Amino acid sequence: MSVVETKVPAGFVPVYTRPKALSDKRFTYCPGCDHGIITRLVAEAIDELGIQERTVGVAPVGCAVFLYEFFRCDFAQAAHGRACAVATGIKRANPELIVFTYQGDGDLAAIGTAETVHAANRGENITVIFVNNQIYGMTGGQMAPTTLPGMRTTTTPEGRDLRSTGYPLKISEMLAQLDGPAYITRQAVFDVRHVQMARKAILRAFRNQLEGKGFSLVEIVASCPTNLRIPPAEGVRWVKEQALKYFPLGDLKVRE
Amino acid sequence: MEIGVVFAGFGGQGILLAGKVLAQAAMERGFEVTWLPSYGPEMRGGTANCTVVIADEPVGSPIVDRPQILVAMNGPSLERFGPRVAPGGTIIFNASLVSAPFARADVRLLPIPMNAIAQELGEVRAANMVALGAVVKVLGLFPLEAVAEALSKELGARGRERLLEVNRQALLRGFSLA
Amino acid sequence: MKVLMRGNEAMAEAAIRAGCRTYFGYPITPQNEILEYMAAHLPAVGGACVQAESEVAAINMCYGAAAAGVRTLTSSSSPGISLKMEGISYLAGARLPVVIINVMRAGPGLGNIAPAQGDYFQATKGGGHGDYRLIVLAPSTVQEAAELVMLAFELADRYRVPAMILADGMLGQMMEPVELPPPIPPERIPPKPWALTGAKGRPPNVVSSFDLDPHRFREILRGLWDVYRQIQRDEVRWEEYQTEDAELVLVAYGTMGRICRTVVRRARREGLRVGLFRPITLWPFPSEPLRRLSARVPVFLTVELSAGQMWEDVRLSVDGRAQTPFYGELGGVVPTPEEILNEVKKYVRG
Repeated sequence: MSVVETKVPAGFVPVYTRPKALSDKRFTYCPGCDHGIITRLVAEAIDELGIQERTVGVAPVGCAVFLYEFFRCDFAQAAHGRACAVATGIKRANPELIVFTYQGDGDLAAIGTAETVHAANRGENITVIFVNNQIYGMTGGQMAPTTLPGMRTTTTPEGRDLRSTGYPLKISEMLAQLDGPAYITRQAVFDVRHVQMARKAILRAFRNQLEGKGFSLVEIVASCPTNLRIPPAEGVRWVKEQALKYFPLGDLKVRE
Repeated sequence: MEIGVVFAGFGGQGILLAGKVLAQAAMERGFEVTWLPSYGPEMRGGTANCTVVIADEPVGSPIVDRPQILVAMNGPSLERFGPRVAPGGTIIFNASLVSAPFARADVRLLPIPMNAIAQELGEVRAANMVALGAVVKVLGLFPLEAVAEALSKELGARGRERLLEVNRQALLRGFSLA
Repeated sequence: MKVLMRGNEAMAEAAIRAGCRTYFGYPITPQNEILEYMAAHLPAVGGACVQAESEVAAINMCYGAAAAGVRTLTSSSSPGISLKMEGISYLAGARLPVVIINVMRAGPGLGNIAPAQGDYFQATKGGGHGDYRLIVLAPSTVQEAAELVMLAFELADRYRVPAMILADGMLGQMMEPVELPPPIPPERIPPKPWALTGAKGRPPNVVSSFDLDPHRFREILRGLWDVYRQIQRDEVRWEEYQTEDAELVLVAYGTMGRICRTVVRRARREGLRVGLFRPITLWPFPSEPLRRLSARVPVFLTVELSAGQMWEDVRLSVDGRAQTPFYGELGGVVPTPEEILNEVKKYVRG
């Protein structure tokens, strides 16, 4: 296993350290992938709230399938799309636990749409981290429900044609219409300011659960440079200039 | 000993309840018993039937191809189940609703105006208990009181005094006519 | 004290007495009484009942609850069990002890709600993807249904293998007197050090069926099959009725098993030497006792509410040592004792 080693030279004081909630395992994400930042933000939130020993994560099928190796907390690996149902089972069995899912757009917004919508509608007291990078990463770049119009994928070689494949699915807007959820927000991590905002949103989504407020979902608009076939740095521009046109940032529902 | 009793009629005539009360009473008196309802779409509106098997050893088949006793609370039930009754068996039918004669020489035909009697008692829904009273007499396995006790248990909180009394009267009337 | 209970309700109550504290289900006839009973009674014992949005969601909720270390139940009927199959494969892979009740109805497709036994292959040969088995228990009376539900929880926990109760619409809907076993004291439920309870004072636990390395995954599966072999050795259950001098043995399970008991009684009254072999565990199938019996019984007539599924296991067990004819009904039609007896008379004479 590839392990992270941090050596601090004599005379230096570490100010940026690895969150305690993360294990020593090195992330397996591709260069430029936003998962690394988002995974870290979740770990920071767990640290900040001091809940590592009572947190149970639910890993999806997708690029975050190895999530249980990255975290130093209990984890369940769920079938494709079923993370919200698995989280429901864990939470109902033991409401003392803090339960979160971490899912991509294929997992949450295609095959797992029903599980997601109904967990939200029940106001299930869980935290959902939804990474929307508009593509199936792990399987090699097929069209996702969130794929942008005209966007080339391996299954839309001429670009996504709205007439035959429909429109990018706006899950957060859909969920925000329901009475069940407590908190639905859309964030991004393409610069420091947005990372800080996303960090606060994730923290809030966990705090909601601690306070028993119910279902909280943080969507993070991300990019997948590998499957977009662009250099990692271009991913930042992709999110800012392309993805945000369809997926504008901000809180969609906040129940106090 | 293994006796099969089929209760059949319209949905809403209390067919399943009559069977259940019989099964409960037989169980309380130490018999082995099964109660098998028709289930699903049939239980809404259409026809309803249930089979009660009373035995002195564990019941094998809960389905009875040749019942010893048939309670037919309407015409269609008599037509459907009448031919299946075992030779020497008894058909108790609702004379208030069945006018056409049913011809079988090898069984005992017992016409009882179940609806008319229930109406006399001021509770038309008690027709099923009139039928059950007759079944208890034909069976001859336990006293009517066993069924009355089982009924009050089954009705439980729903069993208001007046309702219990009417049903008791209905059981008695059916019993005495058989 | 005996109480008159519907099969579905008796199974639900037995689950609660077995310490089941979470139930996840979706309505489908003929097993709705289980969900309804749980909705009415689980909260009172501090448990949780969720009517899920689908059978797919329900089985995955079970995955979560079992992973959290709590005894959990789901129930459905044939089409719904098909939907659960993905989740059941994951339960087997992740070694989660969940009890699944299948109150079978006639299929394929929407079929109808009448009793049938067409899900035998699905239950005993896998059903979902991959190399796994379920412990499959087939009750034939309401009393036995209650007892086997409690046993299913015990076996599931002991071996960390999901267990299925294979019942049918008749057993689910019928009422019979039941002597309910007493509740299991919580301290008798085995501890689950592998469960997801929060990584406090121990390394994190992971519940997963995933391993990308074929050699490592092979070792996991070899371990799983060691467990299966142990179950095959220690947990085979069956009943024999009047087989001692039998010239023909009926082989039938569940509802068909009890109907065949009536056939045996009637045959004996007519002087026909007929017996009954009733598998109670469908997996592990009682092959060895059936094989022993085939040394002296010339005919094994398998009777099923299917086109002949358990029949294959009977033939494998008898392995040519005796005649193995089949009699079955399709589509939810239940043969009468008379019809089966007529079939029996083709092979034996008084």
